[in-house]
Amino acid sequence: MVRYTVRRLLLAIPTLLAVLTIIFVIVRVAPGDPATAALGDYASEEAVRALRQRMGLDRPLWVQYVSFLADLLRGDLGKSLITGQPVIDQIRHVLPYTVELTVAAILVGLVIGIPIGIVTAVRRNTIVDYVGRVVSLAGLSVPAFYLGILLIYFFAVRLRLFPALGAAEFSEPGAHLHALVLPALSLGLIEAAYVTRMTRSVVLSVLNEDYVRTARAKGLPERIVLFGHALRSAMIPLVSLIGLFAISLIGGSVLTEEVFARPGLGKLMIGAMKQKDYTMLQSIMVVYAFIIVLINLVTDLLYGVVDPRVRYE
Amino acid sequence: MAVARELPVAGVRERRWRRVQAFARNRTALVGLVLVALLLLIAVAAPVFSPHSPIEQSTIHRLEPPSREYPFGRDDFGRDILSRVIYGTRIALLVGLLSVALGGILGTTMGVVAAFRGGRTETWLMRLTDVLLAFPDLITGLLILAVLGPGLWKMIIAIALTITPRFSRIAHGPALSIKNRDFVEAARAIGVGDVRILFRHILPNIVGELLVLASLWTASAIRLEASLSFIGLGVRPPTPTWGQMIRDGTVHLTNAPWFSLFPGLALLLTILAFNLVGDGLRDVLDPKTQA
Repeated sequence: MVRYTVRRLLLAIPTLLAVLTIIFVIVRVAPGDPATAALGDYASEEAVRALRQRMGLDRPLWVQYVSFLADLLRGDLGKSLITGQPVIDQIRHVLPYTVELTVAAILVGLVIGIPIGIVTAVRRNTIVDYVGRVVSLAGLSVPAFYLGILLIYFFAVRLRLFPALGAAEFSEPGAHLHALVLPALSLGLIEAAYVTRMTRSVVLSVLNEDYVRTARAKGLPERIVLFGHALRSAMIPLVSLIGLFAISLIGGSVLTEEVFARPGLGKLMIGAMKQKDYTMLQSIMVVYAFIIVLINLVTDLLYGVVDPRVRYE
Repeated sequence: MAVARELPVAGVRERRWRRVQAFARNRTALVGLVLVALLLLIAVAAPVFSPHSPIEQSTIHRLEPPSREYPFGRDDFGRDILSRVIYGTRIALLVGLLSVALGGILGTTMGVVAAFRGGRTETWLMRLTDVLLAFPDLITGLLILAVLGPGLWKMIIAIALTITPRFSRIAHGPALSIKNRDFVEAARAIGVGDVRILFRHILPNIVGELLVLASLWTASAIRLEASLSFIGLGVRPPTPTWGQMIRDGTVHLTNAPWFSLFPGLALLLTILAFNLVGDGLRDVLDPKTQA
């Protein structure tokens, strides 16, 4: 296991480097100069030149690239072009909100999706299966932001059960969780649709395996065949899917934060885009890259724990 | 015995016809296809279907609730929401279909070329694909659009580039395995050129999978366009887009909920239609997953 862990860790490095390079290139090829963008069209030429120098944009590209990587190694994400504040402070402030939203949504997705997936697979081609499949296909087709608006309309505007917008501070746990419910549902319910479909197809394929037939043939009760034999191995592929879900939820959280006006990484990114704050944008992308590579790494390691075979590939 | 004799005789055309029949029998696929056809009709003949002008303003009637004359109500400029939803079909389908066509062709080419060339070309192309695939589609789309700036064509290009790696990943595998099959080697042995091998032997064998992917990604492309417009990075007004309408309506959710809810319903239905087609196609092409 130690060797496997070390090898996976080493493999993550080139991927991360490649992603960082792509981010660096994309931000540099953006038409228009970041300095001009930050100062506006009417800025004087000297002001633009001064800012370019301060941002290091007048240096050769490879020098910029090396210093970009060196800064990252030191944990320096630069300063916002708009506010002049260190980017890392703002990111540190909003990151817990995004992480919390994503984790809550994963829980919602798993808690709702797995049972429905199992039931529709076991009762396949019955009315339960049919309804489950239609509902999950509808779930796949709802854009996250529209589901968010529907939830706000019904549960906040009409029923007044939850706050419509914003998030409470972490220091008030009650109000904080209360404000988390609708965003987590709007993100999690869509994920539940994916989880349902995946679980259904995984369970279906496991139920066709020889060892399940053997278990039935030797007269074990269906309950034991299902929970003791079939579902145990069906859970293995699901572990690796949780990583994929987490990544797609991070994408979805951008919209959810926008709809619910919640602080978060996505909201910060959209703000940076609209203000053309390229340092901020680049740093947020770097944080996303780290998170995604980390999720992939953890998924791989978990997979090695659940299924010992993959360690000897 | 009869089965064994029948198999090799069943030609490509016959097999194709059987698939078409299976597709027609598949109810989800058929419902999806009818919906897509309907949406295309609405988009093309938008002026015929719209009861009013989608851009004519009337501020005294702003935010009027749905009535017989204006079934979806009026927006914050007093414009007819139904007509705007109908015209919005144009942008949604245009962006959805064009970006998938563009991204699909580009991605498939990348995957097939990588498989054919092998060596360093393959390593680099597929590694690039994997890195791009690591990011959620929305974040990739956002970043590219932020770099390109707003506009209809830039939106299409941003979404197409987001889709490209998904196609190159899917096209690469089958192309790789078919490349070494006997019939391709036979073709090559009698002097058939690369391009002809590609179009006559490789593409027909992966076209099914690509079609499934294309319809599912059309659904996603339409969702992406609406999401980007919702964020405020979409095509500029007055061209009605569903995402923009939903965005403008959110402020009035308490006093004029129809403003966001109806465009959203149209969006949901459109995405569902393409998902149904994709799902149905997959069931027909790969009976194993149908279960």
